[in-house]
Amino acid sequence: MTALQFALGAAVWLIGQTAAWAFGGSGAKIWLPEGSSSVAPEIDRLFYIVLIITGVVFVLVQGTLIAFLILYRRRPGRKATYIHGSHLVEIIWTVIPAVILVFLTVTSQRVWAVIHGTPPTIDLELEVTAEQFAWNIRYPGPDGKLGSEDDLTTINQMHLPLGKVVMIRLISKDVIHSFFVPQFRVKRDAVPGITSRLWVQATRPGTSDIACAELCGLGHYRMRGFLTVETPEEFQAWLAKTAEEFE
Amino acid sequence: MDTHGAPRGLLRRYVFSTDHKVIGIQFMFTSLVMLFFGGLLALLIRWQLGWPGRALPFMEKLAPDGMPGGIMLPEYFNMLFTMHGSVMIFMAIIPLLVGVFGNYLIPIKIGAGDMAFPRLNMLSYWTFLPGIAVVVAGFFVEGGAAASGWTAYAPLSTTLGAGQLCWIIGVIMIGSSSIMGAVNYVTTIINLRASGMGFFRLPLSIWALFITAIITLLATPVLASALILLLLDSTMGTSFFLPAGLVIDGVAQANSGGQVLLWQHLFWFYSHPAVYIMILPAMGIASEIIPVFARKPLFGYHSMVYAIIAIAALGFLVWAHHMFASGMNPALGTSFMVSTMIIALPSAIKTFNWLATLWRGTISFQTPMLHALAFVSMFIIGGLTGIFSAASPVDLYLHDTYFIVGHLHYVLFGGSLFGIFAGITFWYPKMFGRMLNERLGKAHFFLTFLFFNAVMFPMFILGVHGMPRRIYDYTQYGFLQDVGGLNRMMSVSALCLVGAQALFIANFFWSLWRGRRAGKNPWQATTLEWATASPPPHGNFDEPPTVYRGPYEYSVPGREEDWWPQDAKS
Repeated sequence: MTALQFALGAAVWLIGQTAAWAFGGSGAKIWLPEGSSSVAPEIDRLFYIVLIITGVVFVLVQGTLIAFLILYRRRPGRKATYIHGSHLVEIIWTVIPAVILVFLTVTSQRVWAVIHGTPPTIDLELEVTAEQFAWNIRYPGPDGKLGSEDDLTTINQMHLPLGKVVMIRLISKDVIHSFFVPQFRVKRDAVPGITSRLWVQATRPGTSDIACAELCGLGHYRMRGFLTVETPEEFQAWLAKTAEEFE
Repeated sequence: MDTHGAPRGLLRRYVFSTDHKVIGIQFMFTSLVMLFFGGLLALLIRWQLGWPGRALPFMEKLAPDGMPGGIMLPEYFNMLFTMHGSVMIFMAIIPLLVGVFGNYLIPIKIGAGDMAFPRLNMLSYWTFLPGIAVVVAGFFVEGGAAASGWTAYAPLSTTLGAGQLCWIIGVIMIGSSSIMGAVNYVTTIINLRASGMGFFRLPLSIWALFITAIITLLATPVLASALILLLLDSTMGTSFFLPAGLVIDGVAQANSGGQVLLWQHLFWFYSHPAVYIMILPAMGIASEIIPVFARKPLFGYHSMVYAIIAIAALGFLVWAHHMFASGMNPALGTSFMVSTMIIALPSAIKTFNWLATLWRGTISFQTPMLHALAFVSMFIIGGLTGIFSAASPVDLYLHDTYFIVGHLHYVLFGGSLFGIFAGITFWYPKMFGRMLNERLGKAHFFLTFLFFNAVMFPMFILGVHGMPRRIYDYTQYGFLQDVGGLNRMMSVSALCLVGAQALFIANFFWSLWRGRRAGKNPWQATTLEWATASPPPHGNFDEPPTVYRGPYEYSVPGREEDWWPQDAKS
């Protein structure tokens, strides 16, 4: 059977490709990026809880399926059991997943409340205005207040002071965009007509990407911002330098 | 054979037919063509993702504006994934499940001669077909096809050109077609059941189609209304979804008072139930096929029915889990997380019931059974990955990444499409009177199963890495520098996946003329469609059948044959 042989060959090729990718090449790097915000460890922990639970369920259920297919394949002389159901087992396999789901709901809600709760203090407030296809980032000027005349605006360049709680006011000029920093595990839509507020606290210095995660038109793919997390001193120096250039 | 009242003339019999079987087959050919078209669109998407910016010379002739010199432009990429999603959902999966199996199976499985409203049924097909033409015509108008995703989020969708208007009008037409079909299904199932066919003797596929039709009746009018509002916003200067202060392309807009999120609430109020429109009938088909090939009654018939009803009811309460990252009130996020977690339960119950049906059966592995088993297995992956996005904090990270693309393909391809292949291969002998070739069928199954997983599973890994969906050129981003190899492997597999469908097409047409004659009941099944000729005559039954028992009486002790038809008196 040539088609089945081809299928077998294709399977071998795929397994080879996958193995080469996973062990040799870039595969090891393609997983959760290193988390670098205060909520990232909480979200990652929840992710791994869900991964372990669904992983165990996956192995058990698919294993049972395969075992049944082998054990109860048609063989001469065997007859199927005539049974329409059983209330007891149906109750058991309703209650067990229900308990797991309640646990997941409660755990998720705890993290959800942290993300959307009020931060203890607000050290800095920024305004991010999304537009096709750029991020305009407004910082308070020397007076420390956002919305006054000495504010500074940069395009696509976001600097954040390490360890400080930063409140971001997110708005959009034209269509929906979504502010996504993979390392922060943060994603929030910028919706025209609505001012969204989200707070972040960076926990690791370095640079990373800001991506737009909501389709916003033909330039959606290049709506990339550049994020730099640096010490508060470096941040102040950068802000002062930018203010000079601004004038 | 009683052909009394059968229409004469080719046009009345095959084109403008009111026979539910002909209409079902019309839906089948149309939506299989669209399925293939949608697959080709996916290949173009995969070309760009596998080899960003590489020229594809022959496309210069086919799409001179979108791919000048064979190199894809970003706006063309946006049109491709918009049309891929719209074609697959509105013109392939929904009509294949509801249009084909709803039309073909409902009258014949409940023992009726035809639908309650045969002319409305015909109108439903003849609204569907021009609807497709209008949406696809978008490729040929100034500015190209719709490019705001199949979700058509405002305000972006109101800023695009004629192709987007084609999309809106076409989808309204296809939606109207669905509503007409649903009215018919509900009326037919309530009123035209054969004598003795109580509700709890209905086969599961009919239960699933019945509940699906009710969902369609409640949800699709909401989509149609929302689309009309969107059309007004796009053309008449109204502001249902457009707030004050918009500046688009540097031009200040005059709108005021609209709400952007209103579109998302209305759209998902339809589109989440639509997910169940696309999975419930496939569940019904699997529930129908697994007992036949395990020669065992369906385990937990009643709980299967109640699970369908529960899924349908809860399906109306989960829509805003598509909006966790939209900035809506966090308390709403909590309530939609809770309802989403609850809806996982009836799905789990159904899965366990399928497994228990296999338990101590005598299982044979013909092509329809292989597809039905793949449906169960892939639906498990689709369901379990849904838990990640139900856990709302995790969804904040995974939302709009390839993880979601993987999840939805495991549900819609792994679930719905394997269900459709199971259904077509199972009822093909009834529809055309001939058997499909088993070896070709198996080869098609194994290749499809293999390459489907090779394309879709890596999407989960890309999503966990943070790769956003709908990105024309991921090499723009620093954190996506390493994903090229995996994407190329997926693209090669996608080409093989579409290529493997040649086996299905060849088998389908070869068997139409050369297949072994099927006879009345080739699978030795119990339900009413197997009690009449293959293909059934106009009017389905020589005499109206009487039903004496439930639909899954297999291997009843003390009987010589291991199946006991619903209409057999003793």
